[in-house]
Amino acid sequence: MLENPQSECEASELNRRSFLSRLSILLSSIGAAIVAIPSVGFLLGLRRPTEVWRGVGQVNDFQIGPTSQVSFQDPSPLPWSGVTAQTSAWLRRVADQEFVAFSVDCTHLGCPIRWLPAANLFMCPCHGGVYYSDGTVASGPPPRPLFQYPVRVQNGEVQILTSPVPIA
Amino acid sequence: MNDVDGNRRSMWKRAWAWFDDLTGTSSWLVPLLRHPVPNAKKSAWFYVLGSATLFVFILQIVTGVALSSSYIASSGEAYHTLLFISGTTLGRIVRGMHYFGASAMIILIGLHAVRVYLMGSYKYPRQVNWITGAVLLLLTLLMAFTGQLLRWDQTGFWTAVVAAEQAGRTPLIGNWLGHFILAGDTVGGATLSRFFAAHVFFIPALIFAFLGFHLYLVIHNGISEPPQAGRPVQPKTYRRWYADLLAREGRPFWPDAAWRDVVFGFLVVVTIVVLAVVIGPEPLGKPPDPTIIGASPKPDWFLLWYYALLTVAPHWSENSLILLGPLIFGVLLIFLPFIASKGERSPLRRPWSILIVGTIVVIIAYYGNLGRLAPWSPRLEAEPLPATVVGEPSGPVSEGAKVFYEKGCEYCHTIAGYGGIRGPDLTYVADRMNAQQIKTRIFSGAQNMPSYNGNITDAQMSSLLAFLESRQRRSIAEGKKP
Repeated sequence: MLENPQSECEASELNRRSFLSRLSILLSSIGAAIVAIPSVGFLLGLRRPTEVWRGVGQVNDFQIGPTSQVSFQDPSPLPWSGVTAQTSAWLRRVADQEFVAFSVDCTHLGCPIRWLPAANLFMCPCHGGVYYSDGTVASGPPPRPLFQYPVRVQNGEVQILTSPVPIA
Repeated sequence: MNDVDGNRRSMWKRAWAWFDDLTGTSSWLVPLLRHPVPNAKKSAWFYVLGSATLFVFILQIVTGVALSSSYIASSGEAYHTLLFISGTTLGRIVRGMHYFGASAMIILIGLHAVRVYLMGSYKYPRQVNWITGAVLLLLTLLMAFTGQLLRWDQTGFWTAVVAAEQAGRTPLIGNWLGHFILAGDTVGGATLSRFFAAHVFFIPALIFAFLGFHLYLVIHNGISEPPQAGRPVQPKTYRRWYADLLAREGRPFWPDAAWRDVVFGFLVVVTIVVLAVVIGPEPLGKPPDPTIIGASPKPDWFLLWYYALLTVAPHWSENSLILLGPLIFGVLLIFLPFIASKGERSPLRRPWSILIVGTIVVIIAYYGNLGRLAPWSPRLEAEPLPATVVGEPSGPVSEGAKVFYEKGCEYCHTIAGYGGIRGPDLTYVADRMNAQQIKTRIFSGAQNMPSYNGNITDAQMSSLLAFLESRQRRSIAEGKKP
């Protein structure tokens, strides 16, 4: 015979409620997790296309010495990228089959630098960073020389290896 | 009143009674509207800033939704859709309202924060009111920044790059964070969508959450009474004292206090609409084409002061300022109520609060103006010096003026009001430096000036020196002009 059936019944009810509470919290957490994990993963995941060589012109299009602006397409542009699929670089032919290409992004804060041909300098319009023609810092706030793209000549075509925006 | 009017009114009354019976709306709405608030007396108009911020936020939602019906958040299309929107009469007005609404929201939330701080309204029991408000202030700034970027012209494009570069200064995760902001390795198709999602979904969702909590707390803790010198906040007795105050001289929020909110909010909204019609939205710059190397990105007015501070700070402190500056500002803002949660509320007994607000206002105004002038930016659009300034139609001085322009000197140095202001004014340089000193400086350079050693021929140097030596008060005053 039970000594206190009401008390045992209340205890049983409490256990049941405790179980149902935990079950509800557990199922809610699992539900939230299976929705959140792929969503957050998709959000945080970066699209990292493989680097590719992009042609920017024939060797004979460039004279030895002058620096000129060239543009090329990103490695894997999205169909809706429009003009933003393009990237620019400053290209110079330094020898018969040798080229150097500099990123247009200032190493200070990424503003687009310009080439001043008569001054033989690169200059940033934002904070006045100046680089010599070899990309080394001449004055101002840039902490590093200009980023250089790998360049090659393939079958008479000058090609630049696409690279991520140089971020410190 | 005739029978038709009476029947119509009766019909509306029955409809309302039916709706209210099913929803219980009046059971919470009426007490909410009629809840007592302190009689603010002469200070009453200081209490309209928060509600005006809310009205402008609603304006931003309405105009933002309208704009989003035509704006395509695609890196390739956004610029063209903005051209389309700006090309229609109403589209231009709606864009203008959204633009001026953003500015108004920043100004109003800033003034609201200043009012709450100066009146000590953040003290017990309203500390969490302040914290949620501080978060809303930071979220508003984020909205303004992402909104500026959505213009997606050349400035918008390069602002994304600058934002990524700044985030890139973060230790350990900088590279990942920078490319996360760009949504990839480069600025491309996914970049604008990321900022659009932040501007339209993520940040507004947070604003709704914090705004709801903030408004709930305003009701829960009650609107603060105007401060009085010599009447400090005592947490142990405050709630009872406040309840007695309301019982003694409280006024129903609607309409005794709300009418001021409505009048001021109406004036703010009308001002925004008038500005949108008369001035219109911020003009679009060139397309976001990375092959057009002509951009000089600058933030809108509300962040110009920060842009200037970052620029004038010593180079060695730049990383700390970029990373720790906003962090310290945010932490101080959020944790203010923990620093001073009780005691005197009156600004008359807290003179340092007036000093702090004054200092912040002066810093923002001074550096904001400096950011607008941007003296550190070379003027790459400068034209060659006119003949009236050069003073000689031919010969070494004239040749030197050409060299001065071609070598980029004029981009940073002013002569007779022409050229940049990054470097020293050279209008009368020969009065303070002789030829040898000038030559040494040109060869050696300086922290903010490149060395021209090996980058200038003897003939060019000779002409340049002739030109610069002619820059002296006496010879210019004697009329060595053509």
